[in-house]
Amino acid sequence: MSYKNVWTLSEQEQGKLKEVSFELLKRGRALADKRKVELVAIVLGHNLDKDDLQKLIYFGADKVLVVDAPELEYFLTDPYVNVVTKLIENHKPEILIASATTTGRTVAPAVAIKVNTGLTADCTGLDIDDEGHLIQTRPAIGGNILATIKTPIHRPQMASVRPHSNQPLDIDKSRTGEIVYEEIDKELLKSRIKRIEFHENEEETGNIQDAEVIIAGGKGCKTEEKFKMIKEIATLMHGAVGGSREAVDLGWISYPHQIGLSGQTVSPHFYLVAGVSGAVQHLAGIKTAENIVAINNDSEAQIFQVADFGIQGDLNDILPVIINKLKERKEGK
Amino acid sequence: MKIIVTIKQVPETGNVKMDPVTGTMKRDGVESIVNPLDLYAVEEAIRLKNEFGGEIIAITMGPPKADRALREVISMGCDSGILLSNKSFAGADTWSTSYVLAQAIKKLGEYDLILCGERATDGDTGQVGPGIATWLDITFTTYVSGVKEVKENSLVIERMVETGYEILEIENPSLLTVIKEINYPRLPSLRGKQKARKLDIPVWGPEEIDVENKNLGLKGSPTRVVRISKPKVSRNGELFVCKNDQDIENAVGKMFEFLESKEII
Ligand SMILES: Cc1cc2nc3c(=O)[nH]c(=O)nc-3n(C[C@H](O)[C@H](O)[C@H](O)COP(=O)(O)OP(=O)(O)OC[C@H]3O[C@@H](n4cnc5c(N)ncnc54)[C@H](O)[C@@H]3O)c2cc1C
Repeated sequence: MSYKNVWTLSEQEQGKLKEVSFELLKRGRALADKRKVELVAIVLGHNLDKDDLQKLIYFGADKVLVVDAPELEYFLTDPYVNVVTKLIENHKPEILIASATTTGRTVAPAVAIKVNTGLTADCTGLDIDDEGHLIQTRPAIGGNILATIKTPIHRPQMASVRPHSNQPLDIDKSRTGEIVYEEIDKELLKSRIKRIEFHENEEETGNIQDAEVIIAGGKGCKTEEKFKMIKEIATLMHGAVGGSREAVDLGWISYPHQIGLSGQTVSPHFYLVAGVSGAVQHLAGIKTAENIVAINNDSEAQIFQVADFGIQGDLNDILPVIINKLKERKEGK
Repeated sequence: MKIIVTIKQVPETGNVKMDPVTGTMKRDGVESIVNPLDLYAVEEAIRLKNEFGGEIIAITMGPPKADRALREVISMGCDSGILLSNKSFAGADTWSTSYVLAQAIKKLGEYDLILCGERATDGDTGQVGPGIATWLDITFTTYVSGVKEVKENSLVIERMVETGYEILEIENPSLLTVIKEINYPRLPSLRGKQKARKLDIPVWGPEEIDVENKNLGLKGSPTRVVRISKPKVSRNGELFVCKNDQDIENAVGKMFEFLESKEII
């Protein structure tokens, strides 16, 4: 059997599909159309929401391949790696794309070794070349270069894609496709790793990975008290709070909110950043942010190079004006 | 506890500035350092050793001068280092790199734990750690932000994910990739530095470890870098300079117009 079709690895939580699953379908659809093959969404989980599975078809999949088992309720390395590997061995997809999330970046590298193929991490661009190969583009060296990578011989060609670097397709309820449940040998569901509990992040400061709006501050805020203006704007704009490494190291905001090379990579629709110089390591995390507004008192600050809109001045004077305007608008409406 | 730590030597990019005109990295005088994220793995290994006893072996694959990276982590508290260096290893992608590291680790006999940094700051893939575990057929996990408990045959660890923290129990032997939240790496000690200077660091090539030639280096790598380009840095945004309150009013007003035009508010 030769390798055929494009697969996306969906992600779920408590039986509901995560947004990244739908984003991947847009990438996958474009590749499948170019290769003139089927787009298959694979889903691992337990008690999966039937409407959600149907939605995968409405959002671009031709087929949904599901493995449903109690052992797959939460992401755990061993059973997930085993099941994805088995599915690939059984069906031989030509291309497999996953999200570059904590799940995708964990499953994919292990699966790539198991099925003996190459993998490109955290791609921001995917395409098909004239010979039908997957062309994978990703930032490297802290975002200083863009590398284009191919997997010429090994199959499937595997890549993880930066979450939220694209929107899903528009929903199309006229699309049809089949949902297939596959049985898996119980042996493959055994795990040497167990989940004991889960502590959810406090909601107040938001999850930056999924946020459409992120308000971030850096060392230029000077004190924790002043950094609270960042948090206030985030609340007023229903966004999440981010910080530079300096802001995190100073304890103004916790590490899950650090943006950049040694923190999170984010792709919000809007990124407001104040008192951050724009070191390459910080910029590495915001390359795919859509609209960037930067506030800094130094006209030479590198952050202005990536900003769509820059305000040079003291954040202590500027942020209160923004806060007031946001409040006025709220009351006005 | 026998702990193996994998490290990588990377270019020091901490102070790198981008050229505003060409948008490229100013490379002058860029030094080599231990991948900063690996220092957290080294630190965690030292803490575990200090509490439970045992030994720490640091291992790296790289050019001959990468022995400097090993000496640095030995001066922090690792007991010994092994350098995997040979022309045939050059150009390896994450598949081939994790293969060579895993084959070398097999030669070290039994171990309890392998610790890796979450990713290297140059390649930035985070794929080598999971790759090594898979070649060795041991269990693993990633983004580890804390080791909570050391049990007889397992570890209880905390793992950071997008929406919170998982508490997991993982059987020995395992491989963990760690993030910076896990600890504060110590500085090398004077005594450590003296030890590191004198210590003999074995260099292993394909002769010393059990590897298949076809899996090595560029020719053994499934992926190929076909092009390197410079990302567009500048977005040519407008810059509003504020010298007084009036300027600020004006700039913030313009900013709100911008937000409205982009349907942000
Ligand atoms: C391996 C490695 C990984 C790293 N990973 C990350 C990462 O993930 N994320 C990250 O952010 N950094 C990271 N860094 C650190 C990075 O190099 C910078 O040191 C850091 O981003 C600087 O943070 P900052 O911009 O808040 O502080 P600074 O560089 O000190 O900048 C503060 C800015 O505030 C401005 N300012 C001061 N006062 C005011 C005022 N009153 N009003 C307006 N503006 C003002 C200043 O002009 C300055 O531009 C990493 C470094 C290394 C070596």
